Amino acid sequence: MIKLDNIQVIFGKGTPLEKQALNGVSLTIEEGTFVTVIGSNGAGKSTVLGVLAGDVLPSAGQVTIGNTDVTRKGTAARAGLVARVFQDPLAGSCGALSIEENLALAARRGESRGLTPALGPKRREHFRERIAELNLGLENRMRDRMDLLSGGQRQAVSLVMATLAGSEVLLLDEHTAALDPGMAEFIMNLTQKIVSERKLTALMVTHSMRQALDFGHRTIMLHAGEVVLDVSGDSRKTLQVEDLIAMFRRIRGQTLDDDALLIG
Amino acid sequence: MSQIAFWGAVELGLVYAFVALGVFLAFRVLDFPDLTVDGSFPLGAAVTAVLIIAGVNPWLASGVAMVAGAAAGIVTAILNVRFRILNLLASILTMIALFSVNLRVMGKPNVALINADTMLSPFYGLGLRDFYVRPLFVGFLVLVAIIAVWRFLESDAGLAMRATGANARMARAQGVDTSRQIYLGMALSNALVAFGGALFAQTNGFADVTSGVGTIVVGLAAVIIGETLLGARGILIALVGCVLGSILYRIAIQLALSTDMLGLQASDLNLVTAALVTVALVLPRLRRGGAA
Repeated sequence: MIKLDNIQVIFGKGTPLEKQALNGVSLTIEEGTFVTVIGSNGAGKSTVLGVLAGDVLPSAGQVTIGNTDVTRKGTAARAGLVARVFQDPLAGSCGALSIEENLALAARRGESRGLTPALGPKRREHFRERIAELNLGLENRMRDRMDLLSGGQRQAVSLVMATLAGSEVLLLDEHTAALDPGMAEFIMNLTQKIVSERKLTALMVTHSMRQALDFGHRTIMLHAGEVVLDVSGDSRKTLQVEDLIAMFRRIRGQTLDDDALLIG
Repeated sequence: MSQIAFWGAVELGLVYAFVALGVFLAFRVLDFPDLTVDGSFPLGAAVTAVLIIAGVNPWLASGVAMVAGAAAGIVTAILNVRFRILNLLASILTMIALFSVNLRVMGKPNVALINADTMLSPFYGLGLRDFYVRPLFVGFLVLVAIIAVWRFLESDAGLAMRATGANARMARAQGVDTSRQIYLGMALSNALVAFGGALFAQTNGFADVTSGVGTIVVGLAAVIIGETLLGARGILIALVGCVLGSILYRIAIQLALSTDMLGLQASDLNLVTAALVTVALVLPRLRRGGAA
């Protein structure tokens, strides 16, 4: 279970550029739930992900992942609980390392790293099998440097990397935004497959309303650092993209109180 | 070039191979431009020379030199990681400080080791001539170092260090404490360099406080020459390239200085060094430009 309790995040505190990025966000995500997060630029989507990942430490509030209070833990210290795929295909893996070295690195996420060879025959075979499941032919290029791969291939490998070690939550930060439509669809279907097969708790930030409603069990909309919409179950099934867009417009125009948007 | 001069160049190249390996760890693996080596090389030489003269076993003395080098690397890492001083500047501060430290360690600008027992003493007089013994002995140690560094860089721990240099954000997301990796890497790098200094003192019979000037350029030259010759084909090849580069660099210098035609003399060494490194840096770029 993931729990954000009254999270406050202020960037550039005490400077003229001070910005309240998150203003009392509270969120509880049950185990095995796939949540999609939408919101306009600057709404606080990435900050929520950053707070969960440890990149951003909140000025107030409490973050619980699994049964652990991670509020004050940095990224590396909580990596054993958090798996991630970044928006930028270059960010989630090491271009200078080979595919299998990247996988070896990810396989020990959050664990101690000793002097054992990173790529024994057993691990090599295991990685090869996992990459073969992608059907991209990459299993024959395991020793190629990661930067020889296309953006889509890198995201596919990143998804595999995210599942090599166990985690309490999978964070997907607009991980298809930088890809062409065909590859984006492939990555989304792969994501769906991996999340449901492994019963992962996942949070996916997206700019696509379609994606937000088509995938997952629950959708959250953020605006100005607050949760303005939180739908799941039947009310979500009947929700159309048009409804979301209408809501988006209204919020942007600030014609309605935020409270009035809390439907379902 | 005489045979003695040739084997002398090979020997010096092998001694500086430790510098090259250290520079490779800092510059290439950690992406940390580290000038500490200009201080940690003579530090290694100074510590070894003083300890050997005090009657300490030369192997133990060289080990202590490595620890001293590691400490110097950690100081640079602390300045950078903890006090957020730019990496290059942090290493320059340590380098400058080490000049004074080295003078303190030796108590004078240089220490002679002429008749003292060194790591090499047991191997002299076994039938091989001295100018073969030295490169053979140092070459064996270089081989051990290559294997050790190679095994390390291909282990789980080494992978964490390589990721820190290649993509720190990703490394942290994988649970790698990148600050700790910088401490560890800088310590390892400068320990290797200091060991090079320890060998330098023992093969040349002296330690001198000025012997560190330009160490970084020589180390970098070796790394770049190696890369130019062997290309990027994995860790082991890169490490072998460092050693090869270091040896070739010394032979090139020896050739340049011993060719009367060029009219160069020993005092032109730094100029020749700078010219060689420039060529090694520019050549691969020209070649790439030509291919495109």
